[in-house]
Amino acid sequence: MIDLTHRSAAECLLRLHDERLEIEGFQKGVPRWCAGCGDNAVLTAAQRLLRDEGLRPEKTVFVSGIGCSSRFPHYMNTYGFHGIHGRALPVAEGIRVARPDLNVFVNTGDGDSFSIGAAHWIHAIRYNMRMVVMVHDNQIYGLTKKQASPTSPRGTRSNTTPRGSYLEGLNPLTVTLGVQNVSFVAQAVDWIPEMLYDILQAAFHHDGLSFIRIVQRCPEWMPDNFDRYLHDPSRVQLLHHPSSLSISSSLASLYPSHLEHDPSDIHRAREIASSTDPIPVGILYHDPTVPRYDEIIRSEATHSSASVRRLLDSEFDKFAVTGGGLGD
Amino acid sequence: MTTVQSTKPDDRADTGERKVVTLSEHVVEIISDSGEGAQRCGQSLGAIAARTGNGVWTVEIIPAEIQPPARSVAGASGNRVRLGSGPITNGGDEADLVVAFNEQVLLGRVHARELKPGCTILLEDMWRDHRDTRIAASYAETYDLLVAAGYRIIEVPMERECRKLVSDPRRGKNMYALGMLCAIYQFDLDLARDQVALTFRKKSQKLIDTNVTLLTAGYEWALANLDLAFHVPAAPADERQVVTNGNMALALGVVASGMEICAMYPITPATSASHYLSEIFPKVGGVVHQAEDEIAAATFAIGASYSGKCAVTITSGPGYSLKQEAIGLAVMAEIPLVVVNVQRGGPSTGQPTKVEQGDLLTSIFGSHGDAPKVVIAASSIEDCFYSIITARRIAETFNMVVVVLSDASLATAQQPYRRPEFDPAWLAPPVDQSHVPEGLEPYAWDETTGLSRRFTPGQPGGMYTLTGLAHDTAGRVAYDPDANEQGLHARSLKLAALQKTLKAPQVHGDETGDLLVIGWGGTRGAIEEAVDRLRADGRAVSSLHLRFLNPLPPGLKEIMAGFDQVMTVEANWADRLDDPIIDETNRRYSALAMLLRSRYLVDIDTWSEVGGQPIKPGRVQRAIQRKLDRR
Repeated sequence: MIDLTHRSAAECLLRLHDERLEIEGFQKGVPRWCAGCGDNAVLTAAQRLLRDEGLRPEKTVFVSGIGCSSRFPHYMNTYGFHGIHGRALPVAEGIRVARPDLNVFVNTGDGDSFSIGAAHWIHAIRYNMRMVVMVHDNQIYGLTKKQASPTSPRGTRSNTTPRGSYLEGLNPLTVTLGVQNVSFVAQAVDWIPEMLYDILQAAFHHDGLSFIRIVQRCPEWMPDNFDRYLHDPSRVQLLHHPSSLSISSSLASLYPSHLEHDPSDIHRAREIASSTDPIPVGILYHDPTVPRYDEIIRSEATHSSASVRRLLDSEFDKFAVTGGGLGD
Repeated sequence: MTTVQSTKPDDRADTGERKVVTLSEHVVEIISDSGEGAQRCGQSLGAIAARTGNGVWTVEIIPAEIQPPARSVAGASGNRVRLGSGPITNGGDEADLVVAFNEQVLLGRVHARELKPGCTILLEDMWRDHRDTRIAASYAETYDLLVAAGYRIIEVPMERECRKLVSDPRRGKNMYALGMLCAIYQFDLDLARDQVALTFRKKSQKLIDTNVTLLTAGYEWALANLDLAFHVPAAPADERQVVTNGNMALALGVVASGMEICAMYPITPATSASHYLSEIFPKVGGVVHQAEDEIAAATFAIGASYSGKCAVTITSGPGYSLKQEAIGLAVMAEIPLVVVNVQRGGPSTGQPTKVEQGDLLTSIFGSHGDAPKVVIAASSIEDCFYSIITARRIAETFNMVVVVLSDASLATAQQPYRRPEFDPAWLAPPVDQSHVPEGLEPYAWDETTGLSRRFTPGQPGGMYTLTGLAHDTAGRVAYDPDANEQGLHARSLKLAALQKTLKAPQVHGDETGDLLVIGWGGTRGAIEEAVDRLRADGRAVSSLHLRFLNPLPPGLKEIMAGFDQVMTVEANWADRLDDPIIDETNRRYSALAMLLRSRYLVDIDTWSEVGGQPIKPGRVQRAIQRKLDRR
């Protein structure tokens, strides 16, 4: 593979100094999400992250599938890939393997990721390629106008379940934590932007696939869905640890329920993940040592006219016709 | 071409008492239960013949199941090798010589009418005295039946002889048979030993040594005990040649095209291309990604292509169906992509290991909406190699999806071809990371050609959001009627622009006559051989073989005008006019016939066969003859 990451240190410094963009540099268009939609909070957090990390817009790709969440790339002044339903992850994996020099983000929803794209979700966790995956989970299909999603709580009245949805909602955190090679799992809620940002930043610095489930409100189709958490802040449990995130004093006073959790402990992480009330917010699991498939499959050999010629020559020698003709 | 038997012994291969019969060509089959290695034996024999300088075409004989019951009529597994003095382009008609490991698989080939009446059969004799009396009786009965039917059966103690060298002759008897055949066809034993070492290059040296020992034993036994010796003189080729099968040629084509990423999911009969590619690709920094499913394979390749490195996904029928939505995305967003479909029998799971050309129309029209894409079909092993190079280049020049069609017969058939001379121009240029000119839009469609410049992540000033939604020249989501029409117009124009660069195909035979036969894909060898035989008989028939199926090349109308009648020969379904309820108002034509009829308004007939076997020249010959005689 061609290595596009090589750049002199001086050049990097110059770029940082000269070209660091303000948040407006990452904004594009006016989001067409509903007023009060949780997607807006995610967008702001992402734009802040790019600014604070000094990322170059041309070196950054936001990949999405289909759904309300997946309109995300249209509002980022970076490269964007708004593809097909459920397939954001394999597209992002192709980008990641072809171009190690790019920053890859994925925005997907509960239907996109946990239903039509469920196979890719499981395997993306297992591949552990370096990328940040934000799942905007509003527990409903919004763009198609209110059908139950895999994470809808049982009893959700929707256009396909007018008498209430039949099954318990899927817990994406426990499923993700059950996949071999999982390396970073966090949960955020759209109404605590400070923690959403901190989690996103930690995710960006993780050397592997960071999976963030973002619990978000859908004022249009599920207006009361998270009221119990909003009206009673003690039902939101903030996770903190010296090796992980700390909680500011203002947040600590607003949200009285805290839990010290070491994110290297997967068993404890699975226990915490299984709780839906209180709802845990923070980094549940983090293991920076899990190997990345995008690095494992990268060959040491370089791609060049010379190496291609060499390989073809040696293969054709193997299969050369030796008798009769001019073959040696 | 029929086999020419000569009674004159060949002086080059004079071995005392053995009478060597010189032939211009011969068809030999090696058949066994699945797992006994007859396929390996046949493949190796084909490679040895090719490396000797013979024209060769091999056909795999594959049972439907991985492990069918032993000694079953339906379980015949093995290989057919057709070798000749001149170039061989197909598997021929019926076999002249057979090596069978048991009488049941032999019966399978007799029932399938694959053997020439009265041909010679070398039959494993271990079953005659088998302790299971039913097996012994079955063997004796079949033997008597076939002898009475006129076959010349020579019983061979392969099992007994192998047991002298190895404890489990089931593993290794194939190499003994290979040795016998090398002796029968006067092949060089050292070359055969080299080939065995190459065939088993991934195995241990001990296993290679054992196989060479068995090969040598079979060779010596045949010299000492068989009164059977053929010589198919190798006509010196005036070019350096290599011999591979079609799937290997595809994989080598991927390397030669400069692509660096192949995403795939295992499926028969495409997978062996990825097996071989996985073996060699890392040497040039390439990656074979075995995705979690066919859709992921396609979208992974799309992601790689989008970010600057045109990628390929290789599949077969069912996988091709699954990729349709992703292909539509690549069409809509104008992402270059090479999709290889090694066709098999369909629909649904169909016939995974069998030959069919059933995916032409779905390749052209697949995916919802108007999704124009380029479709080319390989017609020989060599063509498998060059088709991929062409496909990559077209994909990146026109920002289009290029579908390369191969089939189950090309996939496993081996044929010698001119050794490709690498040309650096085959490779893609480096990923464009230059600054995008101010004001240039990602879909600034050229009004004449529909072409626009591709923007690649990393290019400053080129940031845009690619979308599968209808979009305007800036790539912005656009629902207004004009923008939608403009996009459809541009994407359609690109096919026409490509068509303007194509040349009219060459007619095989005279440019005028009574009948023109048109084919595409892996049937080329059989069609042209049939046409040659009929032309030798004085019939005014020619043929035309299409490489580009979408767009169709220019000049076809003019070529067809030179003939009284036109028909296609294809391996996909066409309704038969002798069915009582089929007539011109409801007849469903074969795929290419349907395309040509609709485009050129010419009354084109069709003859097709969907038996799952490669179409035989003799069958095509008879079909053409009937067509000519009906006039």
